[in-house]
Order: sequence, then structure tokens, then C-alpha cells
Amino acid sequence: MTTTETSVTGAPNPYVPQLAEIDEVFDEVIGERAIKTFRFSFCDEKVQNQFTFMPGQCVMVSAMGEGECMFALSSSPTETDYLEVSVMKLGKVTSVLHDYEPGDIIGVRGPYGNGFDVKGWKGKNIITVGGGIGQPPLRSLIWYILDNRKDYGKLDVIYGARTSNDLSFKQEFFDLEKRNGVDVHLSIDVEEDGWTRFVGFVPDNLLAVAPSPENAVAITCGPPIMIHFVIQNLLKLGFTDEQIYTTLEMRMKCGIGKCGRCNIGNVYVCKDGPVFSYAQLEKMKGER
Amino acid sequence: MEKMILKKKNLPEFVEKALKEYRVIAPTDNEGIIVFKEITNPSEMMLNYANTRIPAKSVLLQQTETLFTFSQGKTVAVTSPEVNDKTLIVGLRPCDAQSLAILDHVFGGDYSDPYVEKRENTILVGLTCLNPEITCFCTSTGGGPSCAEYTDVQLTDIGENYYVEVVTDKGKTLTERASGLFAPAAEADERKKKELEEKAQNAITRTMHTDGIAEKLEEIFESPFWRKIALKCLGCAACTYVCPTCHCFDMQDETAGTRGARIRVWDSCMYPEYTVHASGHNPRPERMNRVRNRVYHKFNYFPKNCNVIACVGCGRGIEVCPVNVDIIDVIDKAREVNL
Repeated sequence: MTTTETSVTGAPNPYVPQLAEIDEVFDEVIGERAIKTFRFSFCDEKVQNQFTFMPGQCVMVSAMGEGECMFALSSSPTETDYLEVSVMKLGKVTSVLHDYEPGDIIGVRGPYGNGFDVKGWKGKNIITVGGGIGQPPLRSLIWYILDNRKDYGKLDVIYGARTSNDLSFKQEFFDLEKRNGVDVHLSIDVEEDGWTRFVGFVPDNLLAVAPSPENAVAITCGPPIMIHFVIQNLLKLGFTDEQIYTTLEMRMKCGIGKCGRCNIGNVYVCKDGPVFSYAQLEKMKGER
Repeated sequence: MEKMILKKKNLPEFVEKALKEYRVIAPTDNEGIIVFKEITNPSEMMLNYANTRIPAKSVLLQQTETLFTFSQGKTVAVTSPEVNDKTLIVGLRPCDAQSLAILDHVFGGDYSDPYVEKRENTILVGLTCLNPEITCFCTSTGGGPSCAEYTDVQLTDIGENYYVEVVTDKGKTLTERASGLFAPAAEADERKKKELEEKAQNAITRTMHTDGIAEKLEEIFESPFWRKIALKCLGCAACTYVCPTCHCFDMQDETAGTRGARIRVWDSCMYPEYTVHASGHNPRPERMNRVRNRVYHKFNYFPKNCNVIACVGCGRGIEVCPVNVDIIDVIDKAREVNL
């Protein structure tokens, strides 16, 4: 229920956001590299009902007066009452967003980008390999798969962060691994008292888990250096270029392929991505 | 295409009539620098000029433009502005008209930018270039000093009269409203126009060899050539501001108390901040990356995405560069790079 009166009027243009109210804020990581998940719903019920997206797609979130940032939706499209984004406190806009509380109003436009090819992956085993703040789009994908369980094979969730404190969605992972047909493989970079799971970098954990490439696709999101080694290790495990997917990040302003800055060669990450297969990536010339 | 003449002394009357219905934008003399400006009187027009300093893109993609306003008090409201009225641009050069056809690819498509509606509401009355500048090379980029392909009405100064080509339906509507001012063109008028046109074509001395350039650039992305080219660039971004096809923009919020606006402003790929991530990572950290990106955007990425080179040969970039980076020279040398 919206408590603040809101309105969006005037001649529509693609930069005008819809207004949404924050329903709940979840602390994922507290401290230096803080991450919060914002659950929100559009103030205009009609907008909320009409909003559809695919896992991997993004929204532009406005903190009015500060600016906008592009975030992958971290909730599943199967949740129709609300949307979620998970945000690390890093720059100007994200720092302001971290002070927002339930009841506060944000601007939201989208969804943007191509999203994951969940239709094409039907019947396959799915392996997600995430690191740090790279997990949000994978979380959307994981819940989408679990809510459409019969359409997909085995689900392996590999996720790691620097320390146990930096792991997002911790409780959710613990709940997840109790389910049938999903294996969760968590890791942290360096040893900690009380940590009984894998210690080491995410690409090493991937090798330890060693998922079979047989009828599988692997999707990896995380810092660029992690993505690089995860892909190398997936190739070692026998995955082909077409079985490996990742998402790319770039600085964005418009989100719709017009402002110019997110290009890698002739490809605009905002509208042509953010999801690319490794086969596509290999062909892409340009700076990332 | 309808061919007519308009007595030069009747142009003010034509513009006067247009002013009743349109917002009229025309080249004006601003202390020696010719710029497009909204006029309220035909006498403000300055049609004896080579080209404007800032191209006609500035009418449709303003340097600073409000995308929407907002207020956040007890209620939160977002309001977007109405797109402005019917506009007439009088006296733009064929190169600028061509550049708008290129920008149409960027701003149209799945997400229709406010540019699109403004463009639909705008009529272009072009003016043939009879005295091209030494930096002009439009004949190399698919245009020409008398090219009427991208205007709605094209005027050519043939002495006492303008030779008038009515190119589009929009142009037809415009001229029909002032039909009393136009007379059919005689053969002599056409001859005179052809003669002047040829003279102008021949006055363009510089040539950029653009055939196969997209394919050539495809091969030499990693070449040290780009480092060499970027050595003298200062990164001042002047070329991007005066370029009629450069369209990159930034979006910023401006606030006063509880009210504010999201503004878009011209940005430039020549600035390092343009691409830097919140994490500090910059995909184009060096000037070489940025110079190369600008050249590729125009001569490789645009051809790949829209099948058109994003350069109209207006020569502005060459003219304003403080260190004489010459795009013709860059392209010609790029063609000779061997890997």
C-alpha cells in the first residue's frame, strides 16, 4: 500500500521514471562493502500489474535529486507483487539509496536489456557461478528456475565472497540447500574461524565442484577478474563457448542505447546486453 | 520535385509569414560568430555565411535540456515537458541536414527520444553552399554543397532569386501557404543553378577516401597507429561539441529545496570521466582509447549498426582543433596501416 501521494504527468518520454515505494529494506552485508536489498512496488497499481521482465534484465533506479543507476533485478519475475534490487554502497547515488527507508519513494524505469535465455535453457542443468555483488541477477534466475522447477534439470549454485560477512543472501542460501534438486556451494577467499565450507577463490571452488558440461549451461556474474578465471575453468571442465554466459557492466546514463558511453565496439551493453555468451564475447572488439 | 523561384527580396516576407505559425530558427551573427538562434524578425537572419559554429543538432538535441521536473514534499510528483511547437530551420547547410538523418538512427527505434517528436515537428529549409570552406569535404561523405536529399525545401542563391526545390510533402505544405511569393523556375534559372552548383563542387578541394573504411578499421583496432594519432590530441573535446553527428549526453539532477529537474547535457567521449565505473575501473583509461573510440564510432560502429558513416564532411572538427588533428588525415593514414 502506498502511503505517499504520487503523480507522473506530462508528455511521456523514455527518461521519465515511474514512481515506486520502498516496501522493505534488507541488510545483506553490513560494514565497509555494505549491500542492501530494496523491495519496492510501483505506486500506480496499473504499472505494477503491467510490469514484466526476465531474469537478467535491469532497471534504472532514481534517487530523485541525486541521479540514476542501473541495477539488475534480484527478485524473480514469478514474484509479481514486488520487485527487488540489491545495491552495494559505492558511488554517489548508491550511497544516498542506502539511507532510504521503507515508505520512501524512488523512480524506476525499465526493464532494460536482453536478460537470460531461460526459454532456450529449458531441460538443461543450470550452474550459476557468482561472486560478491555479482549475485543479484543470478538470484533472480535461481528463483525463476525453482518456481518453474519441472522445466529445468539439476541446479548448482556456486557463490563466494571475500569474507563470510560479504556473502549476500546468506540465510536464503542456507534455506535453498535444504531443497531437493539444488546444490549450494559457498566459499570465502580466506580462512575464518567457524567456516567449514570451501576456502579459496570462486574459480577454484568451481573446479572443486566440477559440474558436468553434459546438457548444461553455466552462467557467471561477478568482478571482471573472477569472470575471466571462471570462464577459463569452465573451458577446462569441457564447457563449450556456447554453454557459457556472463553479464557485463558499464557506466550507463540513458539505458536505452542513446547516450553513447556503454559501448563495447558497436555493441551497447544497456540494450544489446547485459547478457552475452562467451561465444559472443570472443567476437567482441573493444574496451571493457 | 517541384522547381520554383523566390525573389530574394521576398524572403523576408516568406519568413514573416512562417513566423506566424512556426518557431523560426536561423543563422544569426553573434559578434562575428554565426550561430543558430530563434528569430522574431527576418532581419536577424544572416544568410551570407559559410557555416555555423555549432551545428543544427543543437535545435533538436539542445545542449541543455530538461527531461522532467520533480518535487518531493508531502507528495512526490514527476512532470515531463510538452515537446515544443512547430519549428522551421531556415538556412541550414546540406551537411547539417544530412547529419540529422544520421541522428535519426540513434534517437528513433524502440525507445523514442523527445528528439523524434521535435524532428517530426521541424521543417528544414536548406541553403546551398556556394562558397565552401577550405576544410569542407561533404562530397566525400555522401553529400554535396547543393545536396537537397535531406532538406524539405532547398534554396540556392542564383543572383536576384533563390532557386527553390520543394523536396518533401512538408516542404510542399510550407511553400503552398505562401504560394503567391513563388514563380515557376525558367530554364535559365535552372542553368544558372547548375552552373553555380558545379562551381561549388569544384571549390571543394579536400577528399576523404571512405570506401571500405569500416572494413579496414576492423583489422587495425590493435595497431600502435592509434597511440601515435592520439599523441597530439589534448582531449579538449571541442571536436565533439561542434560535430553535427556527435550525440553523447550526460544526465544530471539539479535541485533547489524540494524541487528539481533531471537535465540532459551534451557530454563527450573524449573525457575520461565519461566511462569511469563507480568501482574506479575505466574501460577507456587512456587518450588513445578515447580517440580510437571516436574514430571507430563514426567510421566502423555506425556503419555496422546503421549502414551509414557518421561523418558529413562539414569540416568543423578540423577547423576548431587547437592542435590540428585532421580527421581526413587520420582516415587516410589509417588506410595505409599494415599490421
